[in-house]
Amino acid sequence: MLIEISGVSHTYAGRAQPVVRDLDVRLSEHRVGVIGANGSGKSTFARMLNGLVVPSEGTVSVDGLDTARQGREIRKRVGFCFTDPDSQIVMPTVAEDVAFGLRRRGLSKAEVAARVDATLRARGLDGHADHPAHLLSGGQKQLLALSSILVTEPDLLVMDEPTTLLDLRNTRRVADVVVGLPQQVVLVTHDLDLLVGFDRVLVFDETRLVHDGPPAAAIKHYRELMA
Amino acid sequence: MTGPIGLYLPGRSVLHRLPAGAKLAALVVAGAGSLFVRTPTQTGIAVAVVLLGYAVARVSPRVIWTSFRPLLWVIVPLTVFQVVVVGWEKAMVIVGVIVALVLLANLVTLTTRTTDLVDVVVRVCEPLRVLGINPERVGLMLNLAIRGVPLMVELAGQVREAQLARGHNVSARAFAVPLIVGALRRADELGDALAARGFDD
Ligand SMILES: Nc1ncnc2c1ncn2[C@@H]1O[C@H](COP(=O)(O)OP(=O)(O)OP(=O)(O)O)[C@@H](O)[C@H]1O
Ligand SMILES: [Mg+2]
Repeated sequence: MLIEISGVSHTYAGRAQPVVRDLDVRLSEHRVGVIGANGSGKSTFARMLNGLVVPSEGTVSVDGLDTARQGREIRKRVGFCFTDPDSQIVMPTVAEDVAFGLRRRGLSKAEVAARVDATLRARGLDGHADHPAHLLSGGQKQLLALSSILVTEPDLLVMDEPTTLLDLRNTRRVADVVVGLPQQVVLVTHDLDLLVGFDRVLVFDETRLVHDGPPAAAIKHYRELMA
Repeated sequence: MTGPIGLYLPGRSVLHRLPAGAKLAALVVAGAGSLFVRTPTQTGIAVAVVLLGYAVARVSPRVIWTSFRPLLWVIVPLTVFQVVVVGWEKAMVIVGVIVALVLLANLVTLTTRTTDLVDVVVRVCEPLRVLGINPERVGLMLNLAIRGVPLMVELAGQVREAQLARGHNVSARAFAVPLIVGALRRADELGDALAARGFDD
């Protein structure tokens, strides 16, 4: 899918200064990384890709749909994974949460059950289907949040620091899931190890896109900025 | 494992397979029927029937005990009070009926998935559509509320620990402010997550 960002600046309501400025970029690569300092505008950028944030200037279009007018249509096709799984899991038990994304899709109960089952199995959560979600470990919760997004088969997955709260093993697990996905992925992260094999990495600094290129060069640029 | 709100315990018993609507209806009928219980013998039978239900559902006595224990704070003083005021025989009936009903309600939640219970509520709320109330939203609200209980408990624990760590005595206000701020932040993030997952109308 082609993501087109043209002439975008964004100022949050009630704030004087824009948090993203003069952004023009087209993304169609399979794996795109986003790095940069705290507060540089990465999360705001990520939220623009599914219309959670509509820019105060300029346009964002995803596969030809305008996020300002067709946000709901876009969100059906763009999955979004947040940092804290506790804020993403909305249903009391594991299987119910995965099934939540499938309601109103006109699927029968049996079809829903089959898809939930297959998704949980693929993430190694099938033994926990009926467990209360709050009893899972942090890593399992994030895998559940991912399962709940992937069960709807989005074409694009946007992730905002999905591993920040996880230990090394669970970071590895989430990274492995990402590597295996057929979908296009845009990943915001402070963990530079996750960018191995990525096609393209954007570096943000103080509201601007300051570097755009292959991972090695982008990471070098970012390290110099932070030195 | 289960908290004070009885949570679903997976199983294959007859009670697990019974439709959620039937179980809720039975609960309502039992509630109405409890008004006609008059003697200690009838009360004993009611409690025995409920306990039999637990046996049928293959719920271990340990689980019954964990969900019942918090109630003792209410049950014990209530019993003492009733014995003093109305005598032990009537007290047995009053307290026994309450115990039977609470245990029955707990049995229903232990053997029924939350979504199935919520679905029944959604169906019952269907006529409210004419008043402009969307039953599906009522259902989502219920689910979020149930999901929210452990989150709030966890948040309260974190706030308490943070204050103890800084050597504060836990005062009501110093406790409430971070708790409310934390809860609002969670609610905000949850709203975004709901929108991202397509529930944004
Ligand atoms: N909803 C909001 N309302 C007002 N200001 C906001 C809002 N969200 C973010 N900001 C501000 O916008 C700026 C950019 O924030 P953003 O979250 O996009 O940065 P980030 O690069 O994701 O940072 P981090 O690495 O810390 O996650 C910050 O100054 C932040 O305070
Ligand atoms: Mg961020």
